[in-house]
Amino acid sequence: MAVEVDARGLSCPLPVLKTKEAITKNPNEEIIVLVDSQVSKKNVTRVAESNGYSVKVEMLEDEFRLKCKKGD
Amino acid sequence: MKKENILIWLSGAVVGLLAVLLVLFGNPLNMGFCIACFERDIAGALGLHRAAVVQYIRPEILGIVLGAFIAGYVGKEFRPEGGSSTITRFFLGILVMVGALVFLGCPLRMMIRLGGGDLNALVALIGFIAGIAVGVYFLKSGFDLGRAREQRTFSAWVLPIVMVGLLLLLILAPVFNPDAGGPIFFSAEGPGAQHAAVALALIAGLLVGYLAQRSRLCLAGGTRDWLLIKDSYLIKGFIAILAVVLIGNILVGVLGITGVNTPAFNLGFEGQPVAHAVHLWNFLGMALVGLGSILLGGCPLRQLVLAGNGNTDSAVAVLGMIIGAAISHNFMLAASPKGVPDFAKYAVIGGLIICLAVGALNREKA
Repeated sequence: MAVEVDARGLSCPLPVLKTKEAITKNPNEEIIVLVDSQVSKKNVTRVAESNGYSVKVEMLEDEFRLKCKKGD
Repeated sequence: MKKENILIWLSGAVVGLLAVLLVLFGNPLNMGFCIACFERDIAGALGLHRAAVVQYIRPEILGIVLGAFIAGYVGKEFRPEGGSSTITRFFLGILVMVGALVFLGCPLRMMIRLGGGDLNALVALIGFIAGIAVGVYFLKSGFDLGRAREQRTFSAWVLPIVMVGLLLLLILAPVFNPDAGGPIFFSAEGPGAQHAAVALALIAGLLVGYLAQRSRLCLAGGTRDWLLIKDSYLIKGFIAILAVVLIGNILVGVLGITGVNTPAFNLGFEGQPVAHAVHLWNFLGMALVGLGSILLGGCPLRQLVLAGNGNTDSAVAVLGMIIGAAISHNFMLAASPKGVPDFAKYAVIGGLIICLAVGALNREKA
């Protein structure tokens, strides 16, 4: 089961903080992060990658769905 | 090096370089850029406060907002959003300005002052980091001003349009009241009378706004992200500003370059330009700025850039800072090279208490 983090509408650094929290709590799960700005997309991607996840970005209407999987 | 890292180093370096150049071309010493001081000058130019030595419509501020606005459209990142505790952000803007005008500078000028050898800025930096650390504690314990929502594009255009209006006021300098002066007031002496040419200052602002939008440069975010998640991305910009200003000031001296004002590296506490050496209040003033900036989600520079990029909450925070500057001067809360007035001390303590309350009372609902 993937863990979903809804970080839409949140400003810096909350999307990153919530992603990090989800990673710590669910180290073996796939994490899906919803964000709605380019800034958050970049920040969350950077933090997920630095924690050993590979990130796939899906563009939905006006928002991004970041699928973070462990390993590459 | 990754493209992203090049961008943040470059942004910091360009800000630092322009800070030195703007002094050579007329800005006050150690004040090539200062978001707080320049917003205060704008408040004065609009007659919102009567401190005659700090009244001027600073094109740098207008340029930063418009540069970020252009970058937002060019990079398809422009995004009208708002509605996250807007009124709270307005008052946080006021408090950040109160703190900044006790130290006499925003976080950006703090680094520029440090690069000029002003050790008071080092005292302030420690206070700034302490304030950020308190903010990080709140972030870790669930602080959150709530989600922003999509807004109408019109709202997001309001502040950029106001900036164009200010530019017109600066260039046309209309006089409605020949006896009293106004509606626009320009300092005849003091820091407000020292400025680089309009076109130069505007271009410098546009460049900084553009780059800062691309790189997300934020003077408070660097320390915050390092303390919070050991992320060193933003702090690179912070370091680049300091390094380039420091090298620039020393080079100006070594090469014997002179300008309208000549920047210099002059290590010490006393006799620093547009500064005072009251350590406790330099420390606490910037602690208030640090904490307030974390609660706002970014330093004063970042608020301008976010506002240009469509964030109407940041636009309101900017307006809060301008009103805060008027309040600071009208209520005798602003420090000067002569020292820190007693009222300022109460205001900073009061501001810190309010920020602590904002931090403690705004948590995400489970």
